[in-house]
Amino acid sequence: MQVNLRNPNRTIIFEGPMSIVALLQKLDLNRESVLVIRGGTLVPGDALLTADDVVEIRPVISGGVA
Amino acid sequence: MKCKVCREPAVIDIRRHNANFCGDHFLKLVRDQTQKAIDEFKMFAPGERILVAVSGGKDSLALWDILLELGYEANGLYIGLGIGGYSDRSGDQVRAFAAERGLKLEQIELRDQYGYDVPTAAAVTKRVPCSACGLSKRHLFDKAALQGGYDAVATGHNLDDEAAVLFGNTLRWQTEYLARQHPVLPARPGFPRKVKPLVRLGEREMAAYCVLRGIDYIVEECPMAVGNKHIGYKEALNAIEATSPGAKQAFYFGFLARAVERFADAAPAYAEAGDTAACTRCGVPTTSEICAFCRLLERTAGAEPVHLTIKGKRVDA
Ligand code: SF4
Ligand SMILES: [Zn+2]
Ligand SMILES: [Zn+2]
Repeated sequence: MQVNLRNPNRTIIFEGPMSIVALLQKLDLNRESVLVIRGGTLVPGDALLTADDVVEIRPVISGGVA
Repeated sequence: MKCKVCREPAVIDIRRHNANFCGDHFLKLVRDQTQKAIDEFKMFAPGERILVAVSGGKDSLALWDILLELGYEANGLYIGLGIGGYSDRSGDQVRAFAAERGLKLEQIELRDQYGYDVPTAAAVTKRVPCSACGLSKRHLFDKAALQGGYDAVATGHNLDDEAAVLFGNTLRWQTEYLARQHPVLPARPGFPRKVKPLVRLGEREMAAYCVLRGIDYIVEECPMAVGNKHIGYKEALNAIEATSPGAKQAFYFGFLARAVERFADAAPAYAEAGDTAACTRCGVPTTSEICAFCRLLERTAGAEPVHLTIKGKRVDA
């Protein structure tokens, strides 16, 4: 599957089907800090991603203080 | 994963509520939580006019959308800060959002209207960009709200923002800041009421709201925010939240319910009307002859524009 990451933009390819939990663990990401998006909508946390899925992992933490 | 309300397939889990939601019920939850904050903290009432400070990011665009959905009269104000490509792209995002929906957007370009931009102000004052940036935004939002006859300025600060600020203030026991950390700052002479209607909603929920509502926002960060302390506090709190869902909410709302009053002594004594002089240039109440914003204008007047750099590397392309 193709995983697109942001800030900075980059792409990682993973083999085979994988759960969201496993994918985020592999990338060492906290589920509170990202959303997984596929085809313009949210992918629920218990979904299984297939080998030909294209997903975006979007960080949700922003840093403006003022 | 099934929606807590309708048992249809869910698209998002909110662990601190120990519940999952389908798209429609999630959007409803977000609107309900916003309305609850507005009522709970008496932010504003139907019929009052709200000026939303929009940056092009997820929180402010979502806030504008939610207030309109809830039936409030809300216009937007965008300030072009002149932070290179980041400002160009965020301005485009805001303009597209307003145009698609036929909304009233006011715009201020610092460079065109006031002759400076944030990078140049930072260079001239030899302080971090966020300091001139925050000063400019506060002054111009206040002024626009008063001139436009608005009842309140609304900003997109969410639960994560407020919890992170509280965490930072607590780490250093900054009692003066603790005393005034509240979702509503009442109006006082020369300053409009300021409200934060998204305090009951987390950052992840605001991003999810935008995705589900088809709101295109700027995902990239202001180059000056990258790696700052505030983001570090958020990550630390999220690490706690991961093993202890609800910790951020308990921290912030527990503070409001049981602790903030204990710092009342440390609150800055706002001068009563008549006590302060008006700035001789722009008329806002100030303790010196010329207010901080007008001093910034004076210092940046005629300064050569600069680009933002971090450790010598240009970061504003
Ligand atoms: S992070 Fe950027 S937009 Fe936010 S206050 Fe600092 S300079 Fe301004
Ligand atoms: Zn539902
Ligand atoms: Zn002034």
